[in-house]
Amino acid sequence: MNTSAIIFYAIATLILGAALLAVTSLKIFRSAIWLLFSLVGIAALYFWMQVEFIAAIQIVVYVGGIVVLIIFSIFLTQQSGKEMAKPATSKIIFSALAALLGTAFTFNLINHYGFNTLSSQPFNSSVSEIGTQMLSTTAYGFILPFEVVSMLLLAAMVGCIVIAMKPTSAEIVHLNKKED
Amino acid sequence: MNEVPLTHILFLSTALFFIGMYGLFTRRNLITMLMSIELMLNSVNINFVAFNKYLFPDKLDGLFFSLFIITIAAAEAAVAIAIIINLYRSHQSIDVDDATEMKF
Repeated sequence: MNTSAIIFYAIATLILGAALLAVTSLKIFRSAIWLLFSLVGIAALYFWMQVEFIAAIQIVVYVGGIVVLIIFSIFLTQQSGKEMAKPATSKIIFSALAALLGTAFTFNLINHYGFNTLSSQPFNSSVSEIGTQMLSTTAYGFILPFEVVSMLLLAAMVGCIVIAMKPTSAEIVHLNKKED
Repeated sequence: MNEVPLTHILFLSTALFFIGMYGLFTRRNLITMLMSIELMLNSVNINFVAFNKYLFPDKLDGLFFSLFIITIAAAEAAVAIAIIINLYRSHQSIDVDDATEMKF
């Protein structure tokens, strides 16, 4: 067991432990912080796999964006120090059973399927390589999904604004009339 | 690097996926359910990157898939949180048990 393997198992322990605490903690704010640790651990795993660009994206988008958004919405919607209601024991038992059975089944499948990892080509995931292929219009370029995803982001932005907009006074009058 | 086989990375992502599933089943709060979904999406990303690196090192398609998944997850989280805040304004609660008007 060399240093690289030890680092991998340490990162795996961090990810799984933080994820378990994130889904079981009864205080919602602590749950969000454990999710943050789990996502940082996943970014560390990407660094360990030497895909630095994905690791940087993971930190920027997940840790810097989504978790901050979640923490903001926790502050806006409830008292963060209050404990949530404990789920019913039968629900915990059956959910844990389903998750354990699924994990065991998939572990078994992975264990018996021999992956052929003998290809010895070097793995080149430099930023210039990624950028060239993403914006190329040739056979294996990703320019079309790139443009489509930009449309999706625009639609999501407009949708968020429309959903979160306060209703105008005319609309409120209209709604009140409907209720009468 | 080659000391850790691909199967161990797949074990990690499987365990992470089912932890997320457990959270989705037991939680009744919309924000914590969203957090569980983020965990599941991340486990899929780990799979894509690991398969790309170990099985097809001459291609980059797995990296592109995980990039697009991260983008779509960000858009999804933003829209979901807008909906949650709107729901909180009208119901004063974000429990799924309290939002049953459209239940058949």
